[in-house]
Amino acid sequence: MATARGWVSPSVLPGFGLTLGFAGLFLTIIVLIPMAALIMRAGSLPLDEFWRIATEPRALASYRLTFGASFLAACVNAVFGFIIAWTLVRYEFPGRRLVDAIIDLPFALPTAVSGIALATVFTPNGWLGMHLESVGIQVAYTWVGVTVALTLIGLPFVVRSVQPALEEVDVSLEEAAESLGASRWMVFRRVILPTVLPALATGFTLALARAIGEYGSVIFIAGNLPMRTEITPLLIVIKLEQYDYLGAAALGLVMLCVSFVMLLSINAVNGWRIRRMVGRR
Amino acid sequence: MAGQQSLVRRQQNPYVRVVLIAVSVMFLAAILILPVLSVLGYAFSEGLAVYLNALRAPDTLAAIRLTLTTAAIVVPANTIFGVAAAWAIAKFDFRGKQILITLIDLPFSVSPVIAGLVFVLLFGAQGWFGPWFRDQGIQIVFALPGIVLATMLVTFPYVARELIPIMQLQGREAEEAAVSLGAGGWMTFFRVTLPSIRWGLLYGVILCNARAMGEFGAVAVVSGHIRGLTTTMPLQAQVLYDEYDLVGAFAVASLLMLLALLTLVLKTLLEAFGARRRRA
Repeated sequence: MATARGWVSPSVLPGFGLTLGFAGLFLTIIVLIPMAALIMRAGSLPLDEFWRIATEPRALASYRLTFGASFLAACVNAVFGFIIAWTLVRYEFPGRRLVDAIIDLPFALPTAVSGIALATVFTPNGWLGMHLESVGIQVAYTWVGVTVALTLIGLPFVVRSVQPALEEVDVSLEEAAESLGASRWMVFRRVILPTVLPALATGFTLALARAIGEYGSVIFIAGNLPMRTEITPLLIVIKLEQYDYLGAAALGLVMLCVSFVMLLSINAVNGWRIRRMVGRR
Repeated sequence: MAGQQSLVRRQQNPYVRVVLIAVSVMFLAAILILPVLSVLGYAFSEGLAVYLNALRAPDTLAAIRLTLTTAAIVVPANTIFGVAAAWAIAKFDFRGKQILITLIDLPFSVSPVIAGLVFVLLFGAQGWFGPWFRDQGIQIVFALPGIVLATMLVTFPYVARELIPIMQLQGREAEEAAVSLGAGGWMTFFRVTLPSIRWGLLYGVILCNARAMGEFGAVAVVSGHIRGLTTTMPLQAQVLYDEYDLVGAFAVASLLMLLALLTLVLKTLLEAFGARRRRA
């Protein structure tokens, strides 16, 4: 580590200053300065004023919906994403490769398109909405619709996290457990689940983080009623449209802090997963 | 490779198998396949001629042009950034590397609405630099520069994120050999590094492009929704949808969907090439 520059190890390769300098400059202009502007703008508010904006009833209602629906959607994805990953890894059936490819569609689909598509299907006269309506379930323009949209965009995170972990499960361990008299359910609970759990947790956190910030796929199906079906990102947009920059910045800072917490959780869960993987070897 | 091991299974409960496959397919059908098909259904509900006419509307053509222009600026810029960042991170050891990687990842976890908001706070009428740029006669927010900046922030990590692990895995020996044999920096990059990362690079560029063309939240905040001027394709779909011009909205949406499907096909092909294993 003893080097001329002190903080960089010596290397015969050229271009360190150029590439790091360019990357650093670009990062500063595109990401760091804009983020700093948000923090400083919101920070210019007196603390009690910031608190008042961040905790007004309409904002609180939007947090409840955003975090509640995101959490619920991540739970739904943990269950169904696991089942889908299981089906893809363990079973051979016609169309398996197609299903496998389709899983990534929510990653590739522009959010406005998924939003419009979901709204079309789940409105009371849509293909699914009319059947659900007849049994008394209203999806569009309720928190259920918000959850459906957040489920759609989070699904690939869970499936793509769990799939490789399931492929790694040692089949001989399952066979050993079964030959010792364990039931299928017990094998699942004692052998498979513990191996896959860290990956499932990673997928869950990624899906949750993505859902909390989501905007495009939600606003079409949500109906956007203040206090009822208004997510926090939408409330920020509404404040901006009313030229309430400070209000928008305050809510933006709240969201940014939540993103930081999510980022830390993702890293923590990942660290746990990697330690478990290393520990097994 | 997936599923190969599943063929050597012991006796499975056939009912569990059928039920689980059915649950998977029905779940995907309800939240993904039916919605996507319904967009196509509505787009073509009044026939091909009406569909094509809807796409030829002047505002829609302007939206397509704007989306292509934005992507043509954003994708190369983020590609150059991604290659530079990956070179510095993968080929050198320096303090603060982990922080740099975390900062590059930051846009992934920030809401798109925040990505738009920050540029309004900087360049809007009441923003820090807004009045100065206005005095120079340069419009940033509610114009192309704002849309480009917001899109760039949202798609910032895509190329770098693909390249960093690939280049770290490859190590430095090949480049070091090239340099010690007298090759210059650019020659080393183009002759040694680039050939071995090209598939990963292409993969990142494709994902970056798909996100750049399809970005909605960030662009919605900075665009101002001026029809024919600052509506990108996703915004145009929203504008038409809100005006109950359903064929028009679904026609634009169907184009974006085509882009997504194309992206997916290219991505699957690249994965089959062995460019990289599934994202973990």
